[in-house]
Amino acid sequence: MNLNARIPAGPLEKKWDRHRFEMKLVNPANKRKYNVIVVGTGLGGGAAAATLGELGYNVQCFCFQDSPRRAHSIAAQGGINAAKNYQNDGDSIYRLFYDTVKGGDFRAREANVYRLAQISVNIIDQCVAQGVPFAREYGGLLANRSFGGAQVSRTFYARGQTGQQLLLGAYQALERQIGAGTVRMFPRTEMLDLVVVDGRARGIVVRDLVTGDVRSHVADAVVLGTGGYGNVFYLSTNAKGSNATAIWRAYKRGAAFANPCFTQIHPTCIPVSGEYQSKLTLMSESLRNDGRVWVPKSVGDKRAPNSIPEGERDYYLERKYPSFGNLAPRDIASRGAKEVCDEGRGVGESGLGVYLDFADSIRRVGESVIRERYGNLFEMYQRITDENPYEVPMRIYPAVHYTMGGLWVDYNLMSTVPGLHVIGEANFSDHGANRLGASALMQGLADGYFVLPNTIGDYLASSKPEKIDVSHAAFRDAEAEVVDRARRFVDLRGKRTVDSFHRELGKIMWDKCGMARNAAGLKMALEQIPRLREEFWRDVNVPGSDRQLNQALEKAGRVADFLELAELMCIDALHREESCGGHFREESQTPDGEALRNDERFTYVAAWEYAGATNAPLLQREPLVFENVKLSQRSYK
Amino acid sequence: MHLRLRVWRQASATATGKLVEYDAPNISPDMSFLEMLDVVNERLMEKGDDPIAFDHDCREGICGSCSLMINGAAHGPMKATATCQLHMRSFRDGETIDVEPWRAKAFPVIRDLVVDRSALDRIIQAGGFISAATGGAQDANAILVPKTAADAAMDAAACIGCGACVAACPNASASLFTASKISHLGHLPQGQPERRRRVLSMVNQMELEEFGGCTLYGECQEACPKEISIDTISRMNGDFIRAGLTDWR
Ligand SMILES: Cc1cc2nc3c(=O)[nH]c(=O)nc-3n(C[C@H](O)[C@H](O)[C@H](O)COP(=O)(O)OP(=O)(O)OC[C@H]3O[C@@H](n4cnc5c(N)ncnc54)[C@H](O)[C@@H]3O)c2cc1C
Ligand code: FES
Repeated sequence: MNLNARIPAGPLEKKWDRHRFEMKLVNPANKRKYNVIVVGTGLGGGAAAATLGELGYNVQCFCFQDSPRRAHSIAAQGGINAAKNYQNDGDSIYRLFYDTVKGGDFRAREANVYRLAQISVNIIDQCVAQGVPFAREYGGLLANRSFGGAQVSRTFYARGQTGQQLLLGAYQALERQIGAGTVRMFPRTEMLDLVVVDGRARGIVVRDLVTGDVRSHVADAVVLGTGGYGNVFYLSTNAKGSNATAIWRAYKRGAAFANPCFTQIHPTCIPVSGEYQSKLTLMSESLRNDGRVWVPKSVGDKRAPNSIPEGERDYYLERKYPSFGNLAPRDIASRGAKEVCDEGRGVGESGLGVYLDFADSIRRVGESVIRERYGNLFEMYQRITDENPYEVPMRIYPAVHYTMGGLWVDYNLMSTVPGLHVIGEANFSDHGANRLGASALMQGLADGYFVLPNTIGDYLASSKPEKIDVSHAAFRDAEAEVVDRARRFVDLRGKRTVDSFHRELGKIMWDKCGMARNAAGLKMALEQIPRLREEFWRDVNVPGSDRQLNQALEKAGRVADFLELAELMCIDALHREESCGGHFREESQTPDGEALRNDERFTYVAAWEYAGATNAPLLQREPLVFENVKLSQRSYK
Repeated sequence: MHLRLRVWRQASATATGKLVEYDAPNISPDMSFLEMLDVVNERLMEKGDDPIAFDHDCREGICGSCSLMINGAAHGPMKATATCQLHMRSFRDGETIDVEPWRAKAFPVIRDLVVDRSALDRIIQAGGFISAATGGAQDANAILVPKTAADAAMDAAACIGCGACVAACPNASASLFTASKISHLGHLPQGQPERRRRVLSMVNQMELEEFGGCTLYGECQEACPKEISIDTISRMNGDFIRAGLTDWR
């Protein structure tokens, strides 16, 4: 397997410019002769499909929801970063680059991250031109706030609905292209396999979720913007439908999977309330700008929060990280919460919660200002918990939120399968071992609007794909496999529901491959997961037929893939005997309990190659070379 | 809690549907409405029955997937709340709850509680955008947008495209949906060049999709989980009249 990252030569600041000049162009008149498949309509896929359509390519675009506007990106709340330095507070492209590399605990590729920081400024321009209603100052200029571990105010936002507004911008651009006939949209359609012909990605096999028909689509290049795989944990902040199927099937067709164990656990989510819980709700991190995190100083203090005097509260983030305080990065804030709860100082009925208290801010700036800033989040909290956060501190607990791992891609966002490109959360590229707040939206749009539409042209112009159609044996075989698998599910008639397996898998992953991991636990998980998978394929119950809309069948396919991916995550977590970012190996910590990297052994991307159902995956390493930043122990003290 | 449900079951678009009764004991008041349906479905599947199909995804009230008529009200009894954010504590123990799909000619039923809302996408396709191809944008702060205009645009842009307005309207009109997009873009300086063309094409498409006309019942604004104001419709109507008086091509 070839892990050439194709990083352009030259100084960091010039690489992208120079690369754009050196890439081959597709003649404008020829663009419409090229077919490109884009799977996904989130910020990555939606932006890419719209832009490719504008450029004149012939695009086919897919999503499993009933409308492209419902991709999971819609749920992002807090904001999007850009190095505009509109606030004159010392921000710059270099600083955003540096913060992202450091925040990722030095496990990301410098060249990609620098490009991301450069493009960030274009994203805001583009979104404003489309009519995204970002927050404004009275003078009409754009407003900013600081967010998730940044000491400058570089986050642009649209109330608590930034993802929604950015996605609607991309969706509207996409609908415009659908209307213009450059993009054909296939909603309620799920990609179930990638088709590789002569070593190149040439199409996909899909299932029409309404009729159950299985069909193939051919193209000259395939783009996956299918989002993250946090739902492997069952409970996460992701939408219920978010899944790993597209990237997992691509992995099994030869695309390397990079750093699968790098998972982000978000510190501010509403705690679990019962067994029936179907998902976890994020409370935007922006709340940490004004909320103070605390737990009682003494173990087992069950008094109501407002009757615990100031002196008996432990504002542990402010205590441990005086310079960042409540704004400490996500991985650190999450582990902090776990630590105090493990000590028995957690709050709420389950003891798995910490307070996020707004009383001081309300005293300082007034309730109306707090309402203006976070009104919709407070409402959401009250709706779910039946408690009023203006009066009682919120209870929060960490939850699985984002996956930094994903399919390996080179500088051109192409996977190890030529012609298969991967964008947005589905790839592994820019966030290393921990993503900073407000950087996923930035990356999705950078990939979709600005990077991929350039680099895919280079691939198409230099590869001259042969004409083939769906009658090719590779398509027929893949279709047959997809049909067989669906039949197998509905014929099984086992006793346990899909969700019951998914819940059990989630519990194994949360306990053994969650906020803290150790060799013994991971080894145990590696025994439990195959057993559970075996039981799943023996005893899962999928009612109904495969020839109709069948939501249990859709779920079964996704959970079957999670059951395989989970194993790879544990293998990766076990092999990486260091702590970095969101990957905390208990065996590797500093004397005061912070993550301890092992740069000598692990300054690389772990890219796993599929070696067949009965063989262990093969580890390929892409060494990470830092020419511009100096590796240091991350410190937020 | 112990509830009785009467749920619309319809095997396919062409099958005839009917309300089917289900007993739902042991429901926690802290469950969301969809979590309650999950539990009912798990129990159905354990008996080997087909689960009730319904659309959902984010379960945070933002994606617009969930779409249930609950006791005859779009998204149920609680104001400004999508079905997925509705909790069982809003119901009485022992209550019988009717659960039906959105009803509108333009939203044919696909299965059980799942309907086809693609007509809404086609209304956006007709003109619900600003034509700004990727790449050519000027610096974002070169366009000043007064805070009041940005806020008004955002109020309208909060629409989640769920279709509750259509389901609630006695005429099954999509006016609130269409008007919210027209208002969002029309409040912004960037939206001005295409303002007239936009309103004419979108309103035209809305009629082609066989949504009914608006007679200002106001049910839409009551049902809207994002509290989009019916004032947007007056704005749309004003724009429509002005656009019709001028040559917009
Ligand atoms: C609650 C929440 C809040 C967040 N807030 C922020 C924030 O404030 N700032 C920030 O920067 N980031 C935030 N994030 C992260 C960010 O939203 C996501 O990482 C990002 O939106 C992912 O975009 P995407 O385009 O990669 O994928 P998605 O938006 O997940 O889109 C995936 C698309 O792929 C399609 N798809 C998937 N599988 C298939 C298949 N097999 N066949 C067909 N189609 C398929 C789906 O239909 C969908 O269209 C948040 C995430 C969550 C969960
Ligand atoms: S499921 Fe997304 S709005 Fe209800």
